Amino acid sequence: MTPKATILTSDEVRRALTRIAHEIIERNKGAQQLALIGVHTRGIPLAARLAQKLSELEGVDVPTGMLDITLYRDDLSEVAQQPIIRETQVPFDLRDRRVVLVDDVLYTGRTVRAALDALIDLGRPAGIQLAVLVDRGHRELPIRADYVGKNLPTAANEVVKVKVQETDGVDSVELWDLEALR
Amino acid sequence: MNAPVSMGPRPRNLLDFQDWTPERLTAILDNADTMLQVLDRPVKKVPALQGLTVCNAFFENSTRTRTSFELAARRMSADVLTFAAGASSVNKGESLRDTLEVLTSYKVDAYIVRHHASGAAHLVAKYSGKPVINAGDGRRAHPTQALLDAYTVRQEFGSLEGKTVAILGDVRHSRVARSNAELLPKLGAKVVLCGPATLLPAGLAALPGVTLTTDPREAVRGAHAVMALRLQRERMTGGFLGSLQEYADTYQVNERLMQEAESGAVVLHPGPMNRDLEISGEAADGPRSRILKQVENGQAIRMSVLYHLLVGRE
Repeated sequence: MTPKATILTSDEVRRALTRIAHEIIERNKGAQQLALIGVHTRGIPLAARLAQKLSELEGVDVPTGMLDITLYRDDLSEVAQQPIIRETQVPFDLRDRRVVLVDDVLYTGRTVRAALDALIDLGRPAGIQLAVLVDRGHRELPIRADYVGKNLPTAANEVVKVKVQETDGVDSVELWDLEALR
Repeated sequence: MNAPVSMGPRPRNLLDFQDWTPERLTAILDNADTMLQVLDRPVKKVPALQGLTVCNAFFENSTRTRTSFELAARRMSADVLTFAAGASSVNKGESLRDTLEVLTSYKVDAYIVRHHASGAAHLVAKYSGKPVINAGDGRRAHPTQALLDAYTVRQEFGSLEGKTVAILGDVRHSRVARSNAELLPKLGAKVVLCGPATLLPAGLAALPGVTLTTDPREAVRGAHAVMALRLQRERMTGGFLGSLQEYADTYQVNERLMQEAESGAVVLHPGPMNRDLEISGEAADGPRSRILKQVENGQAIRMSVLYHLLVGRE
């Protein structure tokens, strides 16, 4: 099985993340008081990489965390027979911090809504921004990303697969036909 | 997001552990870690059970189990209907089945049942058609208590594999002992049940991973956790004991007896305690005691059980 198209190669993923890191610095006038929180699963390594880039560019260690949104989903009765709960770890105080929520793909917006609810239950950040590697459209909620690696208009019967070195051994973004994956 | 195949089909109820695979039981313990984190946050609540109504149907007196379940359900955002038999039409002669029909008409989504009769939770499961969690039925089972006991021991030692849990006292009348004897070996631990011969049903020795002894020193030797059971005098209809003093002298969990256990062994008690009878005040309050930890863990375990039974696709 092969993807319909390769949207981002390894180098392009790297460049997209570098650009996002610059945009984060630009918008926040530096990296002080920032925090990066990755949404399970692939948002976590992407958040870690952005933190590394911010550190290289600004000389600031930006704290990172991981967020599982399972208990906040609005489709828990449909998503799986037994939705799996993963680890949430935010080992710093959110108060007065500007949090950048990081995910791989922005689609309906429901994951981000759940993540916002989960995050606000953990504390009261000064603000929350959203960074995604791919925005594929089809929003069902009024949510938009502040930082986007690649805007990718898609059809509903297409699947965007993001692969990252840390879990998949390679960095790439691919477009697949849903039928081909069934 | 699908559950691993090895977990097996999802049981509809938690009445005992018969239909529950070790993998699924381990998942309940694993998810309790997350629930403990929720309980440690400024907002001690998640919306996972929003829109569902859980009925706390308690036909037998209970304080800690009832409040623990009630809080657990509320922490998961369920609505809770608490039904206490003492203040209900059960006292006017209404049958369990009729009571259930009334409760079901309130659109209850799940039942948590405590009853003095063994098998009552099965009956509720049969007639209600909704998921049922057994919160203690007669002498038969108290699965969430056993899960929180297992969780407390795992929390202490990292794993239950190869650990020994000694359970001392009134085994005959204890649903806690039975459920622990059923659960702990499924998770890799050994169970030693100990008490006077009159309170130690020989049939329990047939359970895998379970041994029986009337000698408390032998029971505790090498144990990683020692659980004292409440002497259930209200359930004793015959002369099971010579005297309470004699019982305390022999079977009380105290510092002297704990010297026989592993050096890092912990003391457990399902509560409520008869201090200085089945457990000494020193052991109950001492550094080895994890009795309050059990209470705290109980809420997290019950949240996890509710999640496992009520969340997800049919």
